[in-house]
Order: sequence, then structure tokens, then C-alpha cells
Amino acid sequence: MTALVIAEHNNKSLNVATLNAIAAAASIGGEIHVLVAGQDCGAVAQAAAQVAGVTKVLSVDAPHYAHALAENLAPLVVSLAPAYSHLLVAATTSGKNVMPRIAALLDVAQLSDIIEVKSADTFVRPIYAGNVLATVQSVDAIKAITVRTTAFDPVATSGGSAAIETMAAGPDAGLSQFVGEELTKSSRPELAAADIIVSGGRGVGSAENFKIIEALADKLGAAVGASRAAVDAGYVPNDYQVGQTGKVVAPQLYVAIGISGAIQHLAGMKDSKVIVAINKDEEAPIFQVADYGLVGDLFKEVPALVDALGK
Amino acid sequence: MAGIAIPHVTYANLEDEMKILVAVKRAIDYNVKARPKSDGTGVDLANVKMSMNPFDEIAVEEAIRLQEAGKAGEIVVVSVGTAACQETLRTAMAMGADRGILVQSDDEVQPLAVAKLLKAIVDKEQPGLVILGKQAIDDDSNQTGQMLAGLLGWGQGTFAAKVEIGDGSANVKREVDGGIQTIALKLPLVVTADLRLNEPRYVKLPNIMKAKKKPLDTVTPADLGVDIAPRLKLLKVTEPPARAGGVKVADVNELVAKLRNEAKVI
Repeated sequence: MTALVIAEHNNKSLNVATLNAIAAAASIGGEIHVLVAGQDCGAVAQAAAQVAGVTKVLSVDAPHYAHALAENLAPLVVSLAPAYSHLLVAATTSGKNVMPRIAALLDVAQLSDIIEVKSADTFVRPIYAGNVLATVQSVDAIKAITVRTTAFDPVATSGGSAAIETMAAGPDAGLSQFVGEELTKSSRPELAAADIIVSGGRGVGSAENFKIIEALADKLGAAVGASRAAVDAGYVPNDYQVGQTGKVVAPQLYVAIGISGAIQHLAGMKDSKVIVAINKDEEAPIFQVADYGLVGDLFKEVPALVDALGK
Repeated sequence: MAGIAIPHVTYANLEDEMKILVAVKRAIDYNVKARPKSDGTGVDLANVKMSMNPFDEIAVEEAIRLQEAGKAGEIVVVSVGTAACQETLRTAMAMGADRGILVQSDDEVQPLAVAKLLKAIVDKEQPGLVILGKQAIDDDSNQTGQMLAGLLGWGQGTFAAKVEIGDGSANVKREVDGGIQTIALKLPLVVTADLRLNEPRYVKLPNIMKAKKKPLDTVTPADLGVDIAPRLKLLKVTEPPARAGGVKVADVNELVAKLRNEAKVI
């Protein structure tokens, strides 16, 4: 039994989500190999070889793997798949994009967003916005899996000494081309990795007002998140969205401000260790999941909170 | 105006224009909180409000906007499921889709099988573009579009925030973890809709009446030669552990004290 974990990276460094996926592979048992496909990504392969528990790194270098486009990455993984019992990738937008294509080409089902490994063929995954947990067993020979990163503690980045095997690249499928990207630049921690997250909702009222949220985040050294309503209203970019179909987070502290607590939002943050809600509507559903609720006007309470933290 | 021949420009070109296939799923309404059945064998959907999966509404809307912009011809909507899915197809047709196909099955159809059924429909209908929602809010799989693209050997513009159809290719802006990524994809193509692609229109009553007259064909998985046997066995469903009830604090000072001394998270 050997698992192949597809590394997520930017050709320079390994995305930490990969460490969560490797942790899931480790709880399945068996050997763990990591595929690093990219362009000039030698440093990533080196880093992957150091990761605890990894026994082999497959390194494939070609321009058409630079951006992990599914049309090129999927056939490469499919060509490697017969040697493996499990294929895993973190359930990031990149992983979610490529794994179903791999599964279909292999004619196997995919297990999306697993949160627990019961056995080599049985896994737990949330459905219905996390309101139901399903235990599912795959009858396929190869298990294609995406891993909910918040459910598996990352493995250590050191302690391993895997061999790096350089593999030949497959052809460019010629179906897709990377054109460009607009990545949100921020000096704050990343949402997915932050210990503290301060999120704003529709109640914040405008992009301008989001500065109130950001001030609190900076006071706490936190990442900034948002509800779908705030993103749809254009207050913040899409990558701030926490929820069922946005980012799923589980920080030590989640502060929800002006967020009513729709099912879709709760799905993305209810596994946080401590939840604080500040909302003027004391009937807001967010208070049902909050450890500490403060009923009040966010425009008064949030600046007051920043002051109180300064003491 | 009598006696002046009106040239059939629009309709004569309809067949040359790119056909769009849109897949829609009947799912639990997004305002309803699902619960497991008491015996743990499945999700309790008795007397639960069902609607079109919200992402699929966005997919239908995008197809209609492309048609309105003169970038597309006929819009065909497909749904896989029980006879009740006719209602979902009628909703899509009331929004503006031209005709519907129901792939009727009373058995559970998992994403891989749905993708195979859609591929069979694509082989028959030959659309230039297939649009689906990126994810259904019931099983939260986020698989079908990518699987379909793989089976067809087409490009996949997943989690789309913007679709620009060009000559032989399309540029798709995608919502990715770090922001927005733009990729160019060859046509024909599969697109999966994310939340910011558009805002779906409300259905007007006269259009609901009109949609009842639009053609709706029914086929079965057997007609399409697709084996839909499930590959994933549902062993049980449970409710996630509930969060213990919290407390209300009087003011920010009490909140800070609790976070420092009780929760010890700051």
C-alpha cells in the first residue's frame, strides 16, 4: 500500500496545505510518495524530501506544469497511478480542480474533503455544509482523495530523507494556458494558516468601513476574512471568503463581526477553537455557535475592543 | 411595413451558433439546515424544501447572458435524478433556457456517473460549451464539471468569475485561494460557475407559463448506455458534535478578560 500525495507549490516553496495532505496519507498507513510537478521547482522537491514520513519524491520539470493546470497535471498523475493505492491532494482550489479530473480518467470515484481516516478504504467527510458527517467506503482499487486541511495537523517539514527521482514530463495537452493572476497582497497572515481570524460581514456596510475590521486584525496579529455577503457586496476580494464553498478555517480564535451566521458561513468556521461574535441583532444565529457574544453596534464596539486590547 | 421581406438573419444563424449545455441539480434549499435521519442511514429530506442548486442557477444565468450577447445559440438544460427534477428544468427554462433533458433515475447517481451521463448527452448534442455549478450544496463534492471535462478531453474553466468567449478559445477568470487566476482554454470547453460569475435573474410569472410549453425530453441511464452503479458506499451519517452554548458578555472589557484569562487565546 503506497500513497501518492500531489504537492501544491509555487515552484519555489511547498504550500503548507501539502503537509496536511501528507498527514492524512500517514494516517492511512503505508509508504508515502510525493509528486512535485512544476517548472524549475528543484527547491520544492528538496523541501518535500525533508518532510517527515515521505519515502520518495517524484520530480517532474516542464513549463506546462508551472501553474498546475489540470489539463496537463491530470494525465501525468494518471500515468503514475497504477503503482499506488491512494492519491491525495489538499482540498485547496488547486487540489479541487485537478483531482476529479484524475479520478474520472482512472474511472474511480473521488472522496472529497475527508476529515477522518477510518481505514484504508473508509473515510469521513462533511456534507450539507458540514451539518451531516458521512462515513463512506470506496469500492475502487485506487482511492482518489482531497483532504480538508483543518482536519489533519501538518506533519513536520524536517526529519525525512527521501530519495528524489526525476521523471520524464508528459506532453502538453494543448488545451489550456496560464494567462495571469491577480493575487491579493497582504502583510497579514494567510487565512488558511492564521491562529486568529477577524471576519466582517454585511453589517460592516462598505469597503471603506472594512478598515475597522483590519484595525482589529492588526491589533491581534490576525488574518482578515469575510462572509459571502461582504464579498458579493464588493467590500473585499473573493479570496477573503470563509464558508461552505469558500475557505474552511479552524483558527484558535475566530472573531465574527457584523456576520449574521448563515448556514454557509458557519460551515467554514464552526470548527474554530474559540468563536467571538459581535452583532447588533441579539437573535442572529451566529450567537448560537459563539463562545462569547457581544450584542452591540460594531462601529462602537470594535474600536472600543481595539482600545481595550491596548491596555 | 406590409410587403417588405424581413430577412431571417437571426434564426438562420442559430444553428451555426455555439450551443450551450447547462447541467442543473435539484438540491436542498440553501436556507434549510439538513439533519441525519435518526437511524443514521441517510439525510432526512422528508418535507424539506428543494430548489435548484444555487451555483447551477448562476450557470443557467451565464448561458442566457452569452445568448443575449449574441455569443451563443440554443441553451439546453440537463438534470439527472427523479421525476421531480422536471421542476428544476422548468425553472431553468423559465429563466430562459430553450429546452430540457431529464435523465431520469430513482437510484442514487454519484458524481462520476453524472459526468458519464452528461458526456453521453454532450456526444449527442455537440455543444461548444458546457456550464455547471462548481459544487452542489447537498453532497458538497465539487467534482462533476472536472470529471466531465476529463472524460471529454476538454479544457476546464473551474470556479469561474468571468468567461470571455473568443474565436476558438475562451479566457476564464478563476477564483483561486490567493485571488484571481486567468487562463485561456480551447473551445469546446467545460466551465464551472463560482459565486461572483453573475447574479441570477428572478423568474417572471409569464415566463413560468411559457416555460411549460418548452420541450422537455426524458431519457434513462440505460438509454444512454451508462452504468450508474455507485462506487462509494454510504455506511452511516451522523451529526457533527454540537458546540457547547456560549455566554454573552456585557462589554469589550469583559470580552478581553475572558479571552485572556478563560479561553487563553490572546
